[in-house]
Amino acid sequence: MGVLGEAWTWLTTGANWSGESGAAHRLGEHLYVSGVSLALACAIALPVALYLGHIGKGGALAVNLSNVGRAVPVFAVLALFMVSPLRNAGYVPTVIALVLFAVPPLLTNAYVGMTEVDRSVTEAARGMGMSGGQLFVRVELPLAYPMIMTGLRSAAVQVVATATIAAMVGQGGLGRIITAGFNTYNTPQVVAGAVLVAVLALLVEAVLVGLDRLLSPLRRRRTA
Amino acid sequence: MAAGQNCLVTNDWICGEYLRSRSQELTDATVQHIWITAVSVVIGLLVAFPLALLARRSRRFAGPVLGLTTILYTVPSLAMFSLLLPLFGLSAALVVTGLVLYSLTILVRNILAGLEAVPQEAKEAAKGMGYGPVRLLWEVELPLAMPALMAGVRIATVSTIALTTVGSIIGRGGLGNLIGDALPSFFKAQVLTASVLCVLLAVVADLLLLGVQRLLTPWTRIRAVRTDADTVAKAV
Repeated sequence: MGVLGEAWTWLTTGANWSGESGAAHRLGEHLYVSGVSLALACAIALPVALYLGHIGKGGALAVNLSNVGRAVPVFAVLALFMVSPLRNAGYVPTVIALVLFAVPPLLTNAYVGMTEVDRSVTEAARGMGMSGGQLFVRVELPLAYPMIMTGLRSAAVQVVATATIAAMVGQGGLGRIITAGFNTYNTPQVVAGAVLVAVLALLVEAVLVGLDRLLSPLRRRRTA
Repeated sequence: MAAGQNCLVTNDWICGEYLRSRSQELTDATVQHIWITAVSVVIGLLVAFPLALLARRSRRFAGPVLGLTTILYTVPSLAMFSLLLPLFGLSAALVVTGLVLYSLTILVRNILAGLEAVPQEAKEAAKGMGYGPVRLLWEVELPLAMPALMAGVRIATVSTIALTTVGSIIGRGGLGNLIGDALPSFFKAQVLTASVLCVLLAVVADLLLLGVQRLLTPWTRIRAVRTDADTVAKAV
């Protein structure tokens, strides 16, 4: 209880939240970098995955990409960026790393969701005279929606985790509270930072689960 | 020799002299990386198996077991290792515990999926032959669940190898330590070499486990060969 109590004290002390290296600023950095990266990753991965799924090609790419993403350590990629000239580019190296690691789950899940749409359903839609575009918007997209959202959730969790590791190479974000605590042998601060990161990750997951239910295109029909 | 020394001075990305002069350091880090990963996956498997059996036994356990392992997976690795700090101090046990907790999500899900995919007829037949529940599990269900189980072990191993690097925050990260040590001096050769070794390690481990899987499930290959022979026969 000792360390946890001290960590709670750290979290409830106003001075720890203010200033350049305060928790409020670090939280802002974390959310900003994560949000920008997730939006960029969606803008890159979703059109590609949805198009490939629509025409039914590129399966090997979609599956292998996610396996490669698992084998490459986030820390190594961030470290490589930090010893290259990119290190002087502000948030850019972190954002590139976050996008790199968010794209595979988005791409793979959206692609699998599109290809798992029942063939008989798409054929029935074509038989009713739907064009390729109508088929995509009114049949494939709503049916692939659950898998797309699963991918979005995995990507968001990955992004929040990666933004934490960015602190290990000296970049901003909530992880900096943890690394600063390690450097000064301040265990309560380490634990307080870890609690903040864990709560943020769980909150992001919970918000996305809620959003998923709220936006589900089949929701109204199911309840009706 | 002069050219070799030069690449350390000029801080090149690829440096033969680095590989020669630091081979002992690289070997030690790789060995630490391998045993941290191996111990974590083995313990993960030993914990995941009873959990999967428990989850299969009743819906009452399935929800909490799957829910808890999913929540654990959501916690970022740096936070996980830091939260375990008060419990373990600066020790390899801390990193291993964190990695075990992560591997549980993948392993429990895969073992459960494998056990649930065992055909009902196979179980009925074994019961009809007088198999008790333990013998049924070991001699019928486990072998049939092996492909799904090994798929889980492969995913868990590959992601554990990548995650071990984060252990460098407490100096127990195998190759991650070399990456962390090289950062303050922007030592390119060391960062690149350790990163490449890490990915190589993951690829080699994945291929080795694929080999183990083929050895453990010889019948899947026989079936594949037979269908090949069938198609050839039909073509003729």
